Amino acid sequence: MFEFILPNAWLIPLVPVLAFALIGLFLHRWPKISAALSIFSIAIAFILALVIAGGVFSAPAGTVYEFSTRWLDMPGLQVDMGLLIDALTAVMLLVVTTVALLVQIYSLGYMKGDPGIASYYAYQSLFAASMLGLVIANNLGQMFVFWELVGICSYLLIGFWFGKYSARNAAIKAFITNRVGDFGFLLAILFLQIMFGTLNFGELSDSMAGFTNMTILIPVAILLFCGPIGKSAQFPLHVWLPDAMEGPTPVSALIHAATMVAAGVYLVARAFFIFSAVPQAMTVIAVIGGFTALFAATIALTQNDIKRILAYSTLSQLGYMMMAMGIGAMTAGMFHLMTHAFFKSLLFLGAGSVIVAMHEEQDIWKMGGLYKKMPITTWTFIIGALALSGIPPLSGFWSKDEILLGALASGHIGLYIIGAFVAFLTALYMFRLIFVAFFGSNKAGAEKAQENSAVMTVPLIILAAISVVAGLVNSPLMHNAFGHYINSPAGIEPHPSLIIMISSTVIALAGIAMAWLIYQKQVISAEDLKYRFEGIYKVLYHKYYIDEIYAWLGARLVDGMAKVLYWFDIYVVNGFINAIAYVTAITGEVLKFTEDGQVQTYALYMFAGIVLLLVSALYAVYTVLI
Amino acid sequence: MIGLTHYLLLGTVVFCIGLFGVLSKRNAIAVLMSVELMLNAVNINFVAINKFITPNDVTGQLFSIFVIVVAAAEVAVGLALIISIYRHRKSVDLNDFNLLKW
Repeated sequence: MFEFILPNAWLIPLVPVLAFALIGLFLHRWPKISAALSIFSIAIAFILALVIAGGVFSAPAGTVYEFSTRWLDMPGLQVDMGLLIDALTAVMLLVVTTVALLVQIYSLGYMKGDPGIASYYAYQSLFAASMLGLVIANNLGQMFVFWELVGICSYLLIGFWFGKYSARNAAIKAFITNRVGDFGFLLAILFLQIMFGTLNFGELSDSMAGFTNMTILIPVAILLFCGPIGKSAQFPLHVWLPDAMEGPTPVSALIHAATMVAAGVYLVARAFFIFSAVPQAMTVIAVIGGFTALFAATIALTQNDIKRILAYSTLSQLGYMMMAMGIGAMTAGMFHLMTHAFFKSLLFLGAGSVIVAMHEEQDIWKMGGLYKKMPITTWTFIIGALALSGIPPLSGFWSKDEILLGALASGHIGLYIIGAFVAFLTALYMFRLIFVAFFGSNKAGAEKAQENSAVMTVPLIILAAISVVAGLVNSPLMHNAFGHYINSPAGIEPHPSLIIMISSTVIALAGIAMAWLIYQKQVISAEDLKYRFEGIYKVLYHKYYIDEIYAWLGARLVDGMAKVLYWFDIYVVNGFINAIAYVTAITGEVLKFTEDGQVQTYALYMFAGIVLLLVSALYAVYTVLI
Repeated sequence: MIGLTHYLLLGTVVFCIGLFGVLSKRNAIAVLMSVELMLNAVNINFVAINKFITPNDVTGQLFSIFVIVVAAAEVAVGLALIISIYRHRKSVDLNDFNLLKW
């Protein structure tokens, strides 16, 4: 089984893409059949991924299966297409197919009655195919193709309800913001192709070993990191992710929490040998990641929209992963990517469940007391939040600890402090959300809320179960099996430390306790805090005014540039053309007086011309001959 | 003894008279006559050069016959044009024929 699947791993993206084509071409009139086909195809992909993962994890660690075929061959340029299957790929395949399968099943309930179900499932299938293709690519060029494909799927699904003005705008914003990052990514790919003559990860890794020309490698590594900055929504290109919440909630769970935004982290892990060769680039990654983690967590404290809180939480956690990559703890970053994919998609699906029950209400202050009405959603949501906050023995605890451990082990004390503080903030904003939305008194809209059908709650329960146990694969209980397989030679493998475990648990519990005091017991008044720190509150509530700054800069830069170019067009380009016309016209005005309509005058001109030619010819002959 | 030079000089003089007539006469008939003078000056040259330089060929004489034929046709067309213009404008003065200008 494994022997057959492995060289044919391209089947995994092919199955969903077939589903996409069938739905798009023939089945779009029958939404139920479309949905069934899409779910069936991702289920097949899931089974194939399971087989591959089984094969990879039963082989010795470090085994790499690569299959490559020449796609384009011309003098000076060979382009290959191929598959690269190793532990990293296997983990991503499992994560993507699991979450995609559960999200597609959940969507049956969430999208019920929507007129666009068939196209929704077509996009979902296309997304799954592109994401799986991205994961198994064995070279950067191929990866870039799928990278753009997931981008276009993200665009289509954010703008799925394109009747809404805000959804259209959010889709465009996401697409354009990603363009900025992808421009750098593409430049880096071109540079690498020119410098090394290959884009294959293995060959690049080999040529990198003897390469010491840092002056060119530093900009290339940083340009390469531009791609992840855009796709994984790191500061300063993070602005699109919160707006992307305009899409359907299952889309937010799959694309904008679990998989696509993690593609940036995956790229850093995949090309880790490039970054780890350039300490400056590593510092940039770590600082941007750490800053994004802190920055987004503080914003999440003040938001009122349930999905936006989760979106900023996603930003913050992606920053965490990037920080892990930057400090060299690649294993920890990938581990956190995996656990985060499960518990964050759980949280988003839980939020979706609440939104359905509340009839599209997303303001947490209008919820309240939901735990009595929706027990399954509430408890799975709490499990997700506990996992995110890093309470042992849930998955987030293990992965977050490993990042903090990596920060300390590599001597980044500042980043450790940021990480620990972000852990505190994470617990605080998550339990603020829980205490306000699920506990407390019933608000008007929450009276009639009901638990959703099994098609929505079962995926929640499954994801909750995974969120509880997923962390164990890299715990000392299982001898760090995950790290054993993923760890690259360049990475560092920290040893578990009891002190960090206890301290981070205490930090998380402190965050929860503070949320409990403020929002449940109301010992500390939230309103009071808001007025006492009004300045800070306003800045946070308005997301540090980043969108406003971009709008202002955009207006200044684009309008200013347009003014300059307009002036140039009117006075230089047009001026030049007009000058030619003017000179021609003036010449004509002067010369027209020679045209008096008299045939004899013309004859005279002709005669004068002949005489002139004759004289000059004679003169020429005279000077040459004599 | 009259030689080639004399004939060529005669041709030149007749050509110049014709040219002067073409450029300065205001009467269209006179201009047409002057053109005839120029053509005949060329004929003189053809015949003289034929006689003095290549006496065994008759190319020059042949050419002058051609010129005379063409000139006859030209005069026929020219006179027809002049008559046509005269019927429209009641004039054969070239100064009146200045419609084609700015």
